[in-house]
Amino acid sequence: MTNIVLPELGEGITKATIACWHVKVGDSLQEGQDVCEAVTDKASFVIESPATGKLKSIAITDGQEALVGGALGIIE
Amino acid sequence: MSLFPLSNMGQMIVEDWGLIDYLVAFDRQKKCVQEVMAGASDYLILCEHPAVLTLGRMTNPDSLLYQREEIENRGVMITSVDRGGDVTLHAPGQLIVYPIFNLNNYGKDLKTYMEKLEELAVDLLRNFGILAISIHGKRGVFVGPDKIISIGVGVRKWVTYHGLGINVNTDLSLFNLIKPCGLNVRMTSMQKLNGHVVKMDDVKIKIIEQFQKAFK
Repeated sequence: MTNIVLPELGEGITKATIACWHVKVGDSLQEGQDVCEAVTDKASFVIESPATGKLKSIAITDGQEALVGGALGIIE
Repeated sequence: MSLFPLSNMGQMIVEDWGLIDYLVAFDRQKKCVQEVMAGASDYLILCEHPAVLTLGRMTNPDSLLYQREEIENRGVMITSVDRGGDVTLHAPGQLIVYPIFNLNNYGKDLKTYMEKLEELAVDLLRNFGILAISIHGKRGVFVGPDKIISIGVGVRKWVTYHGLGINVNTDLSLFNLIKPCGLNVRMTSMQKLNGHVVKMDDVKIKIIEQFQKAFK
């Protein structure tokens, strides 16, 4: 199992809102594929799949806030 | 005729795409992003778009103040785009700046990048006698309560896309169609503040200088 994690985005940025998921639970993912988009107050950041596998669950849904380093979803 | 059809200014390739359809430009941007990801030099792209409302994924339906048909009857296209954020208006007279920069070479820090964009935007306006500010927690650059430059940035593998919309000689009445970025904010322009049409080429020359200074 691999966590999809909100990466470090810069000094002082501790959280971001997940604007949208491009995939849904059960989808097959390729490593490097776009999975969701995180938005800070100033910019949006495309988050890619860290591994190849199937999206098992989504922890942070559209419109919810995530902490840097926090899990957004799980790939199995 | 473009001032800067294609020039390689140091490490930065500057291109002027002139008046170009938003979606055509977006496709070209994506190609530039791929090139920069593959190790090419950064791009600084300048252009203008025909009147278009772009709807981000977080667009509130209330941000459009008129029916779609009425808006399109005014010659303004409406298009949904693959980005976060609310509704934005582009139109001739608004200088669009798309920096396609590899932030892996500038410290991988979104906050620093955004602050640089805001600083150089403020400096740009100062060159034209306009005192502007950036406001903590708000995207864009303001003159008093009015917004003059919109900033919307996307990042993929630490390569940036989208950028700045500078209201140089924009027809400000078009902003009455929407709540820009979903906010109750009034927009202004360099033309309005200076009381005369501002030469677009002068703004282009200055913005290139600002970027070259800020991203060496």
